[in-house]
Amino acid sequence: MTRKQTLVELRSTLATTAWFVALLFPFMVMKVSVTGGKALVTFRWAQLPVIAVSVFLLSFAWRRAIDWNEHRGDKVKARTPLSGFVDSIRAALAKKRIRRTAIAAFLLVVAAYPWALGMYHTNIMITALIYVILALGLNIVVGLGGLLNLGYAAFFAVGAYTYGLLWKYAGPAFVAAGIETGWLFWIALPTAGVLAALFGILLSLPVLRLRGDYLAIITLAFGEIVRMVLQNSGPVTGGATGISLIPRPWFFGLRLPPRQAATYIYYIVVALVILTIFVVRRIEDSRVGRALEAMREDEIACEAMGVDLVRNKLVTFAMGAFWAGIAGVVLAAQTTYINPDSFTLWESIMVLMAIVIGGTGSIPGAIGGALLLKLLPEYFRPLAQYRMLIYGAAMIVIIIFKPDGLFPRNRKKYTFVVKPAGDAEKGARL
Amino acid sequence: MSAAEPILDIKNLSMVFGGLRAIDDVSLHIRSGEICALIGPNGAGKTTIFNCITGVYDPTEGSVSIKRGEAPREEIQGRKPNAINRKGLARTFQNIRLFGNMSVLENVMIGRHNSLKAGIFKAIVRDRPTREEEQRLIDDCHEILKKMRLEMFINESARNLPYGAQRRLEIARALATDPFLLLLDEPVAGMNPNETKELEETINLIREREKVTILLIEHDMSLVMNVSERIYVLDYGRLIAEGTPNDIKSDPEVIRAYLGE
Repeated sequence: MTRKQTLVELRSTLATTAWFVALLFPFMVMKVSVTGGKALVTFRWAQLPVIAVSVFLLSFAWRRAIDWNEHRGDKVKARTPLSGFVDSIRAALAKKRIRRTAIAAFLLVVAAYPWALGMYHTNIMITALIYVILALGLNIVVGLGGLLNLGYAAFFAVGAYTYGLLWKYAGPAFVAAGIETGWLFWIALPTAGVLAALFGILLSLPVLRLRGDYLAIITLAFGEIVRMVLQNSGPVTGGATGISLIPRPWFFGLRLPPRQAATYIYYIVVALVILTIFVVRRIEDSRVGRALEAMREDEIACEAMGVDLVRNKLVTFAMGAFWAGIAGVVLAAQTTYINPDSFTLWESIMVLMAIVIGGTGSIPGAIGGALLLKLLPEYFRPLAQYRMLIYGAAMIVIIIFKPDGLFPRNRKKYTFVVKPAGDAEKGARL
Repeated sequence: MSAAEPILDIKNLSMVFGGLRAIDDVSLHIRSGEICALIGPNGAGKTTIFNCITGVYDPTEGSVSIKRGEAPREEIQGRKPNAINRKGLARTFQNIRLFGNMSVLENVMIGRHNSLKAGIFKAIVRDRPTREEEQRLIDDCHEILKKMRLEMFINESARNLPYGAQRRLEIARALATDPFLLLLDEPVAGMNPNETKELEETINLIREREKVTILLIEHDMSLVMNVSERIYVLDYGRLIAEGTPNDIKSDPEVIRAYLGE
């Protein structure tokens, strides 16, 4: 860096510092205490240099980081120690025997998790895995289809309420007939998926012509409408108090104590996550999945290549909603209690945030993002009041330094057998 | 097939945007196996005509009809772009519209969307017919890419391709839809003379080997004069001349439109 650049840099940093000090002054320096009806303002001047110095240092570091990010280019693709480590793991996993062993070991860890760590951690993991299903579903809509959906929690609610209402209205009949009520879970699971998918189609019809921010606003409104309807149809849905005592899934007629019930639900949700990953991966690498991606990339060109956009959008919303419906049933079964507050806009945003942090359009990204976003806050409870601050900072850092997300998608590579040179000569070349 | 009957017939086409008549009573036709060019100064309405043919716009007046092989003549104006593409009309775009984040091969695969059947359930189950269909698709697309000299970019993201290769990829993608009529919107815009020469050969070869009729919009006069058999000249939305390259070169109306009074 030349002398002049350094000066410019320093001047900008100083300006930032001055701005931040001015912003923080009322919070950090001034202190208002009300005693005996009189407001007393005290000035804690000692705080001022502390703020100034720390902001200056932070700002300087931030500017250097941005500068580094802009100049690293594609050639020297950040050979950090971590990326070297990741590469060596990838190379090892490419070998079939090692990969099999690794998968087996991983499955063993997954299977042993509830036995090793107990009910508290198992329940946290169940919640996180429900989010993994949600994130994988939303990833179809946002990541593949490129349709920004802010009303995703509505489909989650449709799923949970399918089970809840089924319990509320069909439950007594089951009890009267002496049938185990846990059966309802297995009825609710596919029903909720299909119902949510139908709701997805219902939502997609009015938004067929919309894109980007308009679509986001309409879907947001849809999400709120569904929540409001649930909240205000008291006689049917239980209103704001919701539905309680929802049965846990049936397990060969056994009445499981909560601990084992949690373990059982854990296994169910793990199975569902594996199913989701399997299905989503297959769809991604198929004619349907490619058409969705093409729609995200360029709607006009996509249509000109013969892809039916209307059908495509219906399918996208339906597939995304299906998984949210499934996740909703599991949520209802785990918590045994649902009310409309579990399905606010905030839930939709959390899921969206998970896929953005993980990597839009990437399956490992959706999984990783959802786990990070759900598990970290649980295990860093002392920092709970700074949660929003940390989310915000994390989003900014990731968007600037890793715009493809933490676990970006590895695009499928196609290989071809190269024919002998003689054939290539003969081959007709246009 | 009677060569005399046009495979694309546009009659009295008009397109009005608010108070602007972008196309005013244009009639033109293309016969099987021809290479036709549509030229005219900027803003003359060339791309608008393309958009009317391919269903991006619904023309205000007039008709667009096609005749493919022995099938009866069919009016296509006002149909949706994907329906028109299915009928065998494929196009490229003036401002390249590739699927930038998808690989080159996948771009071409989208072109074959309608030649395949696999739906969601087949995609999930992935039975033998589906796997075979997928393999055939990959092979077909590989063939098309080889023909367009793009095989070295197969796994590259489309947006990372050199400019000329992107133009060729658009043509490859359009060819993948199995068209009988290919509409090229400024295929050599931004190319250097060598690349233009190469694309000129490509266009001729597409016509000969793939039996595809071509209508192109182009500003590069050397290309237009070399490849096209007939030329339509458009100015302010009206057709001002039609004829062979030689006719057009000496047409006083055309010279006036291009060079002013």
